[in-house]
Amino acid sequence: MDNFLALFGEYDVLGAFLVNIELTLWSALFSLVLGVVLVMMRISPISSLRAVAGGYVELFKNMPLTIIMVFMVLGAYAQLKLTFSDTFATNFFWLAVTGLSLYTAAFVCEALRSGINTVPLGQAEAARALGLNFMQSAGLIILPQAFRGSVAPLGNTLIALLKNSTVAAAASVSTETSSLMSEMIEFHADAIIEIFLIFAIGYVILIIPIGILTTYLSNKLAVRR
Amino acid sequence: MASTSKKNESSVLFDQPGPKGLRTIRIANIIAAAVFAVVLVLILMRLAAPPDGENQLSWELWKPALEAEAWTDFYLPGLWMTLQASILAVIGAVAFGLVFGIGRLLPNPLLRGVSAVVVEFCRAVPVLLMMIFFWRGFAFLGIGNSSYWAVVLALVLYNGSVVAELVRSGVGNLPSGQREASLALGLTETQSLMQIEVPQAVFAMLPAAVTQLVVVLKDTALGSIIMYTDLLQESRRLGSMYFNILQTLVVAAVIYFVFCWLLSRLAEWLPEKMRQRTAAPTEAEAVAPIAIMDPSNINQIAVAKEVDEKMFTAGAGPRQYHVHHRGSNASIREWRRTRYMQGYDETHPESQVDPQTMEFPELGELFKARPKDGKGSDSGTSGKSAKGE
Repeated sequence: MDNFLALFGEYDVLGAFLVNIELTLWSALFSLVLGVVLVMMRISPISSLRAVAGGYVELFKNMPLTIIMVFMVLGAYAQLKLTFSDTFATNFFWLAVTGLSLYTAAFVCEALRSGINTVPLGQAEAARALGLNFMQSAGLIILPQAFRGSVAPLGNTLIALLKNSTVAAAASVSTETSSLMSEMIEFHADAIIEIFLIFAIGYVILIIPIGILTTYLSNKLAVRR
Repeated sequence: MASTSKKNESSVLFDQPGPKGLRTIRIANIIAAAVFAVVLVLILMRLAAPPDGENQLSWELWKPALEAEAWTDFYLPGLWMTLQASILAVIGAVAFGLVFGIGRLLPNPLLRGVSAVVVEFCRAVPVLLMMIFFWRGFAFLGIGNSSYWAVVLALVLYNGSVVAELVRSGVGNLPSGQREASLALGLTETQSLMQIEVPQAVFAMLPAAVTQLVVVLKDTALGSIIMYTDLLQESRRLGSMYFNILQTLVVAAVIYFVFCWLLSRLAEWLPEKMRQRTAAPTEAEAVAPIAIMDPSNINQIAVAKEVDEKMFTAGAGPRQYHVHHRGSNASIREWRRTRYMQGYDETHPESQVDPQTMEFPELGELFKARPKDGKGSDSGTSGKSAKGE
């Protein structure tokens, strides 16, 4: 027990988790926006938009996140000089958020698309019969119901995103949990199991409420048909 | 609506356009294509002339990333390492998943509890943390090749826990008649599980397991963070030799993409093949044993599909299994209640719980209240009701 307290005193474990939570929340926001845009493109009548959105989803679904993160730092930043800030830490943080958002948006799009499949055909037909155009029927009728139907896969995506935020280590974000764990193990090799348990249990504590909330919401919000 | 079974969601939202609509769509199409083309050109221009950097499109940079030596010395050995780790991890994950998935279904509460804790823990901890832990741990224990074993073990634990949930949900998705029949034949619960339910669940989960294979392959790239010389690591090494990291990363990304894409296609093709071997539904996207710690696991998407099929399958009749077993709730207890909670079962009014009292209705009352048109839906009860009156 003293060991645990000493480790907490010496290192900013909570601060590291906070970095991961920040990464997760920003990426969740951006990937949700991008995911909604993508899913609208995928169901639109315009074939070039459909093709681009479909290609995007296929590309990012079948691409390791690590390579995207490495690309953000070594490709986009080092070679193409894509910079968000002059401070190194801030810059890498936003590069990591960009990589995570691009990657997660593909999964958000897939989750929403499976949500759209839960909306009965009659809803779209009724919307059209009322004279709503594509944007109106998508925005007013289909997507709200699709969101309610896809709470569970969206929750899974959020959980995956939180866990994936550790991969920011590959984008040189050095204050987040996996980097800190690596550093702590380096200096306290004797306490390796305690250190691992601290971080592992930290994630369990973060993830369980998301899971419970997802289940609750997906049952509560589901449209009874 | 004969074609609804193959319904294409893109056509749901808009009518078949007329001549005017077609013209609008064509114009919008051209504008959209032009916008994307402009974006592409802008990206290429940025690549050709990045601020104070060299032209990333020049052949001097691409040549060392594509020539034969790059493949024989870097990409192919790296790819081999990646595949080696993935294959071993997949075999391990299936073994782990079968053991703990069955463990979660056993009648013994102790074994069930231990398996549940192990599975939920392995699902919640990020793979990268496990990899770093095992990597350092193996190194301290003096195990050679520690990064390789760390990659494999971390992937086995995480993906194994997912497979365990797939096994559990596969068993849960079976029609409850399978278990009832085997119990009626005198098999014990464990025997029924091992001889009847799990073998069918394995076939049902196969497509989803192939989808998981894509995850394994993608996650081996995490190994490059712990110095495992996989494809990503090799391409970075090559890139740092010729200062063409962008180009070598693109080559590696294409290789990863091709492999993952082929596996995804395989996962889409498999359900057709598997359908004959199991009474459970097989779907490539069955990956989601919903969220972690989920006690009920009602999969709304599956439910919606079910309703859809029920309404539109011509002649074949509704599927015969209970929807609420979707997801990973394998328990068949209290299915009437959960079925009510799920909110649809028009064929079995006797299974509907009164929402106020949460009680099942008296059978006599039910038949009195029942309209005559329910006759065809299930012959058993309506026959009885006719005699009762």
